[in-house]
Amino acid sequence: MPDAKRIKLSVNGTTYEELVEPRLLLSDFLRDTLGLTGTHVGCEHGVCGACTILLDGDSVRSCLTFAVQADGRSVETVEGLGTIEELGPLQEKFRKHHALQCGFCTSGMLMTGVDILRKYPLATDDEIREALSGNICRCTGYEHIVRAIREARDERTGEMT
Amino acid sequence: MKPPIFDFVSPGSLQEALSLLAAGNGEAKLVAGGQSLVPMLNFRLLNPSMLIDVSRLAELRDITEQADFLSIGAATRHHELEMSSVIAKHFPVLSAAMRHVAHLAIRNKGTIGGSLCHGDPAAELPMIIQLLDARLIVQGPDSERTIKAGDFYLGALTPDIAENEILVEVRLPYLASQTGWGFEEFARKSGDFALAGAAALIKADNGRISDARISLMGGDEIPLRATEAEEMLVGKALEPALAEQVCDSVQDLVTPNSDLHASADYRRHLIGTMTGRALDAAWRHATGDIDA
Repeated sequence: MPDAKRIKLSVNGTTYEELVEPRLLLSDFLRDTLGLTGTHVGCEHGVCGACTILLDGDSVRSCLTFAVQADGRSVETVEGLGTIEELGPLQEKFRKHHALQCGFCTSGMLMTGVDILRKYPLATDDEIREALSGNICRCTGYEHIVRAIREARDERTGEMT
Repeated sequence: MKPPIFDFVSPGSLQEALSLLAAGNGEAKLVAGGQSLVPMLNFRLLNPSMLIDVSRLAELRDITEQADFLSIGAATRHHELEMSSVIAKHFPVLSAAMRHVAHLAIRNKGTIGGSLCHGDPAAELPMIIQLLDARLIVQGPDSERTIKAGDFYLGALTPDIAENEILVEVRLPYLASQTGWGFEEFARKSGDFALAGAAALIKADNGRISDARISLMGGDEIPLRATEAEEMLVGKALEPALAEQVCDSVQDLVTPNSDLHASADYRRHLIGTMTGRALDAAWRHATGDIDA
């Protein structure tokens, strides 16, 4: 059995130092080691998008990343976007437009939403749908999620990267 | 759906990665973006003793313009290729193809070297390197090899790369100026692996094709160049009758699989259609009908 590795990383601005088994998925590290269960685990092979988080600002599948690979890096999860009392701006758009029902896909949708709003013009609904196509939702039919992203796009400030 | 037990190392240099790989005696695996490898580990299709993470090696991350070719480091990520202005300038067909590679969250991690060494016959990059006559630079413990794209795949998911070698660089020879291009693929859902796809390059002089290249994905166990079809185009204008002959020739060339996603006949039909559209776009680019 290989030795556990010591990793040090920032999650939502807090620094954690932990010993992890090399095969531990980042999704399981966030949920089970740190107790941050806002990141959901659906398919565990990169297809459903539920586990999407930001790694050094880029959206990635936490189920296709090992916790050891996050050593020295910065992770953002849905817990970093806002709280139940004080929703973040994109969360507020999702609430306003009823962009969720069961909520299972929502954290992944939000983290994807943050990244696509930074990186793509999203000029049309087709472009928004395309950019969201890596995240599967079984409840909403997507229309309300598109509305939420569309309004966030219209109010977007700052330079796209 | 949890990976098997392995050790994990993040080497500080290419030399260290090569030493670790050699010491692994075929049991160690390289990981870069991990977007194909980690699902395979989660499904327990692989059982490596050690993963060697090359994704942080700065020496594998550059895109640089050399005199005769564009050099792309093997650990360059898909999203970096997608957004690169240098790639958009020299190889707009590659920029276009990158937008079809999975989803942003996959493109943020997946690398060109990883995709090429995984070698999925329905993936975009293995097909694009055929189209662009790429040269692949592979580093072994003692020496370096240069492999032509056309020689790189021995079979499905089987690149010509030894257990102790690392793909370090992809070289794309520059194209003649005003080479027209087209890229088309058909997938059931955006970001899915395509059922079929085709890319084309056309150089035209005085309304006649002087050079043409066609490459295909999803048509066989490995990505293909349709050399016979390419030769049929030379010296002619792309009239509808000629385009039809070329698509027929491409459909005769391919031997796609049947599976739950599509029948072989349907895939063959799609490859013809995708080839026709890619050729049409390349021709219109080449003859100034649409902006390059």
